Amino acid sequence: MSTLTSPRPRALSDQDWPGYRLLVREPLRLDCGIDLGPYTIAYQTYGTLNRDGSNAILISHALSGDQYVADLHPLTGKPGWWTTMVGPGLVLDTNRYFLICANVLGGCMGTTGPQDLNPATGEPWALSFPVITIRDMVRAQKRLLDHLGIDSLFCVIGGSMGAMQALQWAASYPESVFAAVPIAGAARHSAQNIAFHEVGRQAIMADPDWCSGRYLSLGRNPVRGLAVARMAAHITYLSEAALHRKFGRNLQDRRAVTYGFDADFQVESYLRHQGSTFVDRFDANSYLYITRAMDYFDLAAEHGGSLPNAFIGTGSRFCVISFTSDWLFPTSESRELVHALNAVAANVSFVEIATDNGHDAFLLDEPELFATLRGFLTGCAEHRGLTRLG
Amino acid sequence: MMAALDRTAALKLIEAENSVAVDDAPAGELRRDLGLIAEMIEPQSRVLDIGCGDGALLAYLSRHKSVDGRGIELSQSGVNACVGHGLSVIQGDADRDLEAYPAGAFDFVVLSQTLQATRQPRKVIEALVRIGRRAIVSFPNFGFWRIRLLLLMRGRMPVSDCLTYPWYETPNIHLCTIRDFIALCDEIGVRVERSVTLDRHGQPFSLDPRGRLANLLAEQGIFVLCGSGVEANT
Repeated sequence: MSTLTSPRPRALSDQDWPGYRLLVREPLRLDCGIDLGPYTIAYQTYGTLNRDGSNAILISHALSGDQYVADLHPLTGKPGWWTTMVGPGLVLDTNRYFLICANVLGGCMGTTGPQDLNPATGEPWALSFPVITIRDMVRAQKRLLDHLGIDSLFCVIGGSMGAMQALQWAASYPESVFAAVPIAGAARHSAQNIAFHEVGRQAIMADPDWCSGRYLSLGRNPVRGLAVARMAAHITYLSEAALHRKFGRNLQDRRAVTYGFDADFQVESYLRHQGSTFVDRFDANSYLYITRAMDYFDLAAEHGGSLPNAFIGTGSRFCVISFTSDWLFPTSESRELVHALNAVAANVSFVEIATDNGHDAFLLDEPELFATLRGFLTGCAEHRGLTRLG
Repeated sequence: MMAALDRTAALKLIEAENSVAVDDAPAGELRRDLGLIAEMIEPQSRVLDIGCGDGALLAYLSRHKSVDGRGIELSQSGVNACVGHGLSVIQGDADRDLEAYPAGAFDFVVLSQTLQATRQPRKVIEALVRIGRRAIVSFPNFGFWRIRLLLLMRGRMPVSDCLTYPWYETPNIHLCTIRDFIALCDEIGVRVERSVTLDRHGQPFSLDPRGRLANLLAEQGIFVLCGSGVEANT
């Protein structure tokens, strides 16, 4: 008996995504050299932009995240992924800041991605969608902010792939970034992380329902492959200590092992659940494209092999945060980034937070994370001359 | 046998664990040695405080001298207290995290009550005068007469107001006397531009720091250093 759901298309069609959509007609020149356009950016906002537009915070989401930061998710009905952080009186205070989160380019929650129709063929893009990069995602976000009339972000903040975008923002548009908060991130994707992503992609491509990426045209969906990709990735988001604390070797609804390949252990059952619920809200080809974008991320390579060069002359204030038990984006990666920022005498704070929650700690209730961010943002707001809204 | 913990002189490195948040500290009040260091720092200068603890000195300097201050602190609680109060502080230590800074990045680099806890004090001092136009270093003097007496009379590792830890759990792995320190500075071409020696009550007194008497009477010393390549115009 498998707990994985049977193949079926995701529930919403293009027009059904709640929230804002911006159609950009002017094509976007991508890193791969292709001009993509017109394209759509789906985004959510929270709070109110002040008169001089100085209180805008861009939240960059992670690989499997989306723009529904603090709303019920339209497909799963579950609360947003950062409700611990975003809301009235919370660290990202909606009474004080204007918060924006856009689904990334290549995503599957309303922003143009491989599941959308290629206007040239009338068929879903599938693998004919151009390979996009973190910098392409950020370029698209810049168009969105231009559209919203925001010249300068008070802050850009994100965890994991969101941290990559925050760093890319600081490197590409330093004059538009007052403060950048990369959490559990790195200035490049490590060999180990590329390896994990490759396992996920191969799982998707090995699924017969993937059909060389053309599953949507054929009315199929590689949910088994995508679920396995998610299961493998999910392990990397946790820590051995957290897995042990949550599950140990506990058995799932049984007193003894069954001498079979059912989910005897709670940890197996949990992972299967993670896999099966993920496929209800995510597109397999999107997963390929976004993981690829992360793999290609290397800020130093963009700047002649020198990471400090990416930040020369930066006036942005940085708050780099890592977690002790994060082995996917370990503290050493953040420290390397901090050293690069120090090398250009940037204004940087760096905190390693002790937790056993692994990489996922940035999504969880971590009081030290909240206290650090609250202090950092308050200090930045003072320097920016931000006054409290009513 | 352990002397009562005197917070005034206790080592910052560990002190941060029990530190008072910056905002809770009485405004304008600084530990005496930090107060003396603060006096040595010019307004509007760029300052790096290594082992900044809860950020008391940085907070004071940014409030009263409008400095552009940065800090490095080992303890998570110390860093969190600093960043939580809007100070720019990174988690790290003097042995590992000074290399990255470019030469002359700061006007003043402060290393207060931390040198003796570094793994490579010589390299650290060289780094200080490289990245700062001036370095301000303070440390407990192991040549202080009471320390000498404790060792002589009791034959045990000294525990004092300044050195509060028993030998088996002290972070102070590279203790030195004032004369040792000055000899090292001479050896590596670091110029001692100014020095203040403090008696056991934390009161500054004026004696030639190179002399034997200062080495006997000072419980701690504060030194302003600069590299050989730097012009001195105090």
